[in-house]
Parts: sequence; C-alpha cells; structure tokens
Amino acid sequence: MSTDSFLLKSAESRAVSANKVLKNTYLLLAATLGFSAFTALLSVALAMPSWTYLAAVIVSMILGIFVLPKTANSAAGVGVIFVITGLLGFGLGAILTQYLALPNGGETIGLAFGGTAAIFLGLSGYALTSKRDFSFMGGFLFAGMMVVMIAAIANIFLHLPLLSLVISSAIILLMSGFILMDTARIARGEETNYIMATYGIYLSIFNIFISLLQILGIMGGDD
Amino acid sequence: MDLFLQITAAIAMGLMLIYLWPAYKHWQNNSPKAQQGDWLAALLPLGAVVVLVIFLIMAVR
Repeated sequence: MSTDSFLLKSAESRAVSANKVLKNTYLLLAATLGFSAFTALLSVALAMPSWTYLAAVIVSMILGIFVLPKTANSAAGVGVIFVITGLLGFGLGAILTQYLALPNGGETIGLAFGGTAAIFLGLSGYALTSKRDFSFMGGFLFAGMMVVMIAAIANIFLHLPLLSLVISSAIILLMSGFILMDTARIARGEETNYIMATYGIYLSIFNIFISLLQILGIMGGDD
Repeated sequence: MDLFLQITAAIAMGLMLIYLWPAYKHWQNNSPKAQQGDWLAALLPLGAVVVLVIFLIMAVR
C-alpha cells in the first residue's frame, strides 16, 4: 500500500515538474522569438549585407555548442540564449532585406511566417494531446540530418536549384519531426532543462522559417 | 570574396557535421523501438505539414 502511495506521489511530482518545464520553455521561447523579431527588424532597418547571416549563424553555432551547455543550469544560460537568438534574428534580417527587394517579397515573407507558425502550433498541439513518445524517431531524424548536411555542403559549390528545393523540403520535414519529438520529451518529463528545450525548439522553428522562405522564393519566381 | 564565403560556410557545416556525429551514434544505438501505430501517429502530422507547404506554394504562384 505504501509502495503504491509512493509511486503515485512520484508520478504526480514528475507530472508537475514536466508541466513547469513546459510552461517555462514556452515562456522563454515566446520571449526569444520576440527578441529575434526585434533584432531582425533592426537588421532590416540597417540594410545589413547578406554575409551577416553567415557570420551570425557561425557565432551563434559556436555559442550554442561551447557556451550554452555549460551555462544552461544557471541564470547565465538565459542571457546566453538571448544572445544566440538575437544574433540569429539579426542574421535573418539580412536575408529578409534581400527578399523585401524582390517583387512580392513581403507576401513571401508573410506566407513563410504564417506557415511556420501554423506548423509549430499544429505539431506542438498534436504532440501534447496525443501524449505519445516520439523518441523512436530519433535515429531516423539524426540520420536524415547527416544526409541533408552533406547534400547542403555539396550544394554550396554546385548551386543546383532543384537540390536546394529538395534540401529545404527535407529540412522542413526533419525539423517538424524534431518538434514532435522534443515537445513529447518535455511533456513526458524526459527533458528537464527548459533552456536547452527552448534552444532545440527555437532552432527547429528558425530552420523551418528559412527553408519555407527559400521554397516559396524559388517557387514564386517568374522563371 | 564569394568563394571565401562559400568555403567558410562549407567549413562551418563540416564542423557541425562532426559535432552532430556523437548525437547521431547515440540515437542510432539508444532509440527506443517503435510500437505498433507509432509511425502512423508520426506520419499523420508530417503529412499535414506537406499539404500545408503545397498549399503555400500554390498561394505564392
């Protein structure tokens, strides 16, 4: 009887802890997305050159790999994630400047933004309500990421529009899978650090937006 | 300058690939096996994503 009571309390405290991580993750995600939007607008206003995007991605990648995991268990981690997401937003602004110069560029950006929001909200809602464990996709998703990255490295030099389209489409599907898996892991109490959880979901949203922008930019062209 | 940016991007992505390798090996070895109905439950929302992207492409054309 006492063992049952202990197990019940343990499960209850785990559920409370998971809900707390989920709430903190979504709060921090909303704040970082808002901050990214602000730095992106700043970058557009300053008409930053396109290489800003590459520089911002490299610096934020270094911070995400070497600094964030070391600070994720302290308050400093919140500051680091704001620096990373602010930098990514600033880099994104340089890409948006190029799209805004195109005819229908504003419409393309608006559709990519709306599409990204719909994908994220839909997948998160699905993962939270289905209460399934999507961790079985982990091996498949990481294998897909490796293949996509090799293809992306090749296409830096090949400049093939069709391959670019295939890569962007694959990234959208892979990142959608990561959103399902990451959200389910938080809801099930398997991810306990809300800063790392936010970072993972933020990167998925960022990559979906960039890829959708690229697909709509290519498909919306006159040629 | 353009070639310099391309080489920089390729090096950055190559380093990312090296960084992701342990995570890839971990998930390959430790991923739980899918239960019956798991893949269908995952493919349904992913199919909806595909439909949405097609709809957005049609809207922009």
